[in-house]
Amino acid sequence: MSFLQILWFILIGVLFAGFFFLDGFDYGVGMAVGTLAHNEGERTQLIRSIGPVWDGNEVWLITAGGAMFASFPYWYATLFSGYYLILLLILVSLILRGVSFEFRAKSSDSKKPIWDRIMAWSSFFAPFLFGVMFISMIKGMPIDAAGNIHAHFFDYFNWFSIVGGIALALLTYLHGLNYITLKTKGPISERSQNYAQALYWVLYVGEVVFALLLLFQTDFLAVHPIATLVCLVLIVGFSVWAHVSTFKNKQGQAFTASGLTLIALVALIFCGLFPRVMISSISSKFDLMIQSASSSNYTLIVMTIATVILVPCVLAYTVWAYWIFRKRIAMPRVGEANY
Amino acid sequence: MDIVSLARFQFAMTTVFHFFFVPFTIGTGLVVAIMESMYVHTNNPSYKKMTKFWGNIFMLSFAVGVVTGLIQEFQFGMNWSDYSRFMGDIFGAPLAFEALLSFFIESTFIGLWVFTWDRIKKGLHLFFMWMIVFGTMTSALWILTANSFMQHPVGFTVRNGRAEMVDFGALLSNPQLIFEYAHVMLIAILTGATIITGLAAFQLLKKRALSDENKLIYHKTMRVGLTLMLIFSLGAIVAGDMQMQYLIKEQPMKFAATEAVYKTTKSPAPWTVVGIADTKTHQVKGKVEIPGVLSVLSYHKLSGSVEGMEEINAQLEKKYGTHIDGQKMNYYVPVNTLFWSFRVMCGFGALLFLVSIVGLVMTRKSKPTLYNHRWMLWVLAILTFSPFLANTAGWFITEFGRMPWTVYGLFTVAQSVSPNVSVASLLTSNIVYFVLFTVLAIILIALIVRFLRNDPVEWDEAQADKKATDPFAKGAF
Repeated sequence: MSFLQILWFILIGVLFAGFFFLDGFDYGVGMAVGTLAHNEGERTQLIRSIGPVWDGNEVWLITAGGAMFASFPYWYATLFSGYYLILLLILVSLILRGVSFEFRAKSSDSKKPIWDRIMAWSSFFAPFLFGVMFISMIKGMPIDAAGNIHAHFFDYFNWFSIVGGIALALLTYLHGLNYITLKTKGPISERSQNYAQALYWVLYVGEVVFALLLLFQTDFLAVHPIATLVCLVLIVGFSVWAHVSTFKNKQGQAFTASGLTLIALVALIFCGLFPRVMISSISSKFDLMIQSASSSNYTLIVMTIATVILVPCVLAYTVWAYWIFRKRIAMPRVGEANY
Repeated sequence: MDIVSLARFQFAMTTVFHFFFVPFTIGTGLVVAIMESMYVHTNNPSYKKMTKFWGNIFMLSFAVGVVTGLIQEFQFGMNWSDYSRFMGDIFGAPLAFEALLSFFIESTFIGLWVFTWDRIKKGLHLFFMWMIVFGTMTSALWILTANSFMQHPVGFTVRNGRAEMVDFGALLSNPQLIFEYAHVMLIAILTGATIITGLAAFQLLKKRALSDENKLIYHKTMRVGLTLMLIFSLGAIVAGDMQMQYLIKEQPMKFAATEAVYKTTKSPAPWTVVGIADTKTHQVKGKVEIPGVLSVLSYHKLSGSVEGMEEINAQLEKKYGTHIDGQKMNYYVPVNTLFWSFRVMCGFGALLFLVSIVGLVMTRKSKPTLYNHRWMLWVLAILTFSPFLANTAGWFITEFGRMPWTVYGLFTVAQSVSPNVSVASLLTSNIVYFVLFTVLAIILIALIVRFLRNDPVEWDEAQADKKATDPFAKGAF
C-alpha cells in the first residue's frame, strides 16, 4: 500500500463523513416536515431553514461517489453493480426529494401536501437505505474471484443491516431536530428540542443492539479491536453529549455532537474495513484490498493536486454561504408560498 | 432481451432525458445572467423583474437537471461495472474535478442567488449568478473530457488490463474535446436563447391585456433572445462544420454513415439529400441526389471523393480483427439513425439561424412589427421545442457513431456491461426510470405552464406584497 492509496481511502471516508454530517440534517429536516410541523407555515419554515444549503450538501455525496470511481474503480464497480436495486431505490428517493423543494414552491396550495409527504418519506428512505448498504457491506457480501457480487435478498436485508438502516435514519432525524432547534425560532424550535430529548432514549437502545450485532456479525473486533471499541465509545459518548446538551439548551453543542456521532459511525466503518475496501463472505482471498482496488499512482497524484487546490476554496465559500444565512428562520405569514 | 440491450436502452433513455436539461440550464442560466447584468448596468427596475421572472424557469430546469445527473454518476458502476474497471483510472479524475470545481460552485451559489435578492449589494448578487454560469459551463467541460477520451483515446497506456492515464494534459488538449466542447457550449446557449424567446412569444400570444411594462419586458426578452440565437446558431454551424472536417479523418465510419455513403464515391462526390439505407443490400432507396455537393460539404472544395463504409469496414476489420472475445465483429454503425439524426440536427440549426435573422429585422427599433404578426410569434413559440430534438439527434450521431465501441478501438460495448446484473434488475430499473421521467416531465411542463399564467410585473408585485405583510420578514432572512 502506498501513502497515496491510504490517503485516498481516508479521503473517501472524509467525504462520506461530510455527506452524513451535512446532508444528514437535511434528511432530518425533511422527515420533520412530515412529523414535527403542525401547519403549512411551519412546514415552509422548516424547508426554508435548509433551502439555500441542501443542494450544496448533497454534492458531498456526488463527490464521494466520483472520488470513489476515480481513486478506487474496482471498489466502485463492485459496490455499485452489487447493490443494484438498493441504489436504484436510493436514486428514486434522492430524485423525488431533490425536485420536491422546487416543485413544492411552484405548486398550487392544494398540491403542496403531496410534495411535503414525498419530501418526508424520501428523506427517511435515503439514509435508511444508505445504512442498509454500508452495514451489510461491512458484514461481508458474496464477492467472487472476479470481484462481482452475486447476492440474494437476505444478504442485503438482515437484522444487522435493518438495525443499521434504522439507526442511521434515526441519527439523521435527531441531527435534523438539533439543527431545527438551532436554526428556527418560535414554537417549532422548542418542540424540536422536546422531540430530541425523548428520542435519544430510543437511540441508546438502538446503539446497544447495533454494537452487539457488530461485535458478533463482523470481524471488526478481531481485526481492529482498539479502533472498533474507541469508535463505539465515541458514538455513544457523542450521543450522550448531544442529549445532555438538549436538556441544558446548549443548541450549538447538541447539533455539533449529533454531527460528530455520524462522523464517528463513518470512522467505525472505515477503520474496520482497513486495509480492505470490501469484504467477501465467500473467502477472504476475494476481499477487495486498498492496494489492488485503486487507480494508478499517476491518477492519484493528479487528484491529490486538484484536491489540495480546490477543497480549501470549496470549504471557504461553503462556510461563507452558511455565514450569510446564519440568522434563525421565523415562521412565514400563512399563505406565503415562494420560499 | 439481453443485458447489453437493456443497459444500452437505459443509458440512452437516462442520458437523453438528462441532456434535455443540461443545455436548457446552461443556456437559460447565461440568458438570466445577461439580463441581470443589464439590470445592474442600467439600474432599470423592469430588467430586474425580467431577470427574476425568467430565473424561475431556469431554476425548474436546474432542479430536474441535477437529479437526473445523479443517475449518470451511479449508472456507470451499476450497469457498466466492467467498463468502470477498465476506464476508472481515466474517467474518475475528470468526474472528481467536475464535482469539486463545478457541482459545489453551482449548487452553493444557486442557493445564495435565490435567497439573497434585495438583501445584499446588487453587484455581489450578480456575481453569484455568473458563478452559477461558470459552474454549469465548466461542468460540461469535465464530463466531455471523459466522453472525448471514449471517442478518441489519448494520453493513456493499457496496463494491468485497463486503460491507465499517463498524461492528464493530453486528455484536456484532446482535439476531439476542443470541437465537442465548443459545439456543446454553443448549442447550449442557442437552446437557452430559443426557449426563452419562444416562451416570451407564447406570453405575447395569450389573449390578455398586457401592461406597457410587461410588454416592454417581453419585447426586451425577445431582443436579447433573438440576438443570442443569431450569434450562437451561426457559431454552432461553424463549429459543427469544423467537427465534421475532423471526423472525416478520425472517425470516417461515423462520417460516411451520416451521409449514407456505402461505396467510395466518385470525385466530385454527389450528396444524398434524403434516402433510406438498406443495411443488407447496402443500397440507398428513394434517394434524391445533388451532384458534387458532398465534396463541397466535406472538403469545402469542388472535387474529392468520400470514402464509403464498405472500404472503411474492411480497413477496421484488418486493424481490430473480425473477432473480439470470440464474437464475430463488424464495424458498421446504425446508418439510418445517423443519416436522419444528422438531417434533423442540421435542419433545425439552419432554421433557427434563419428565423433569428427574420426576427431581429422584425424587432428593429425603427419599425418593430413582429409583435403585431401573430404568425411569426407562433413560429418562435413552436420552435421552443426544437432544441430538444436537435440536441438529442446530435448525441445520437456521436454515440451511435462510436459503435461497437465504448472506448474507441480499445473496449467494446459487449465487454463493458456489468456481468452480475440480471435481466430482471435491468428491466425493473428501466421501467422505474421510464415511469419516473414521464411523471417528472408532465409535472415540470404543468408547473411551467402554471407559472407562465403570471406576467413579470404582477408576479413581482405579488412576491413583494407577501414580504411586506410578513411580520417576521427580517428574521425570515
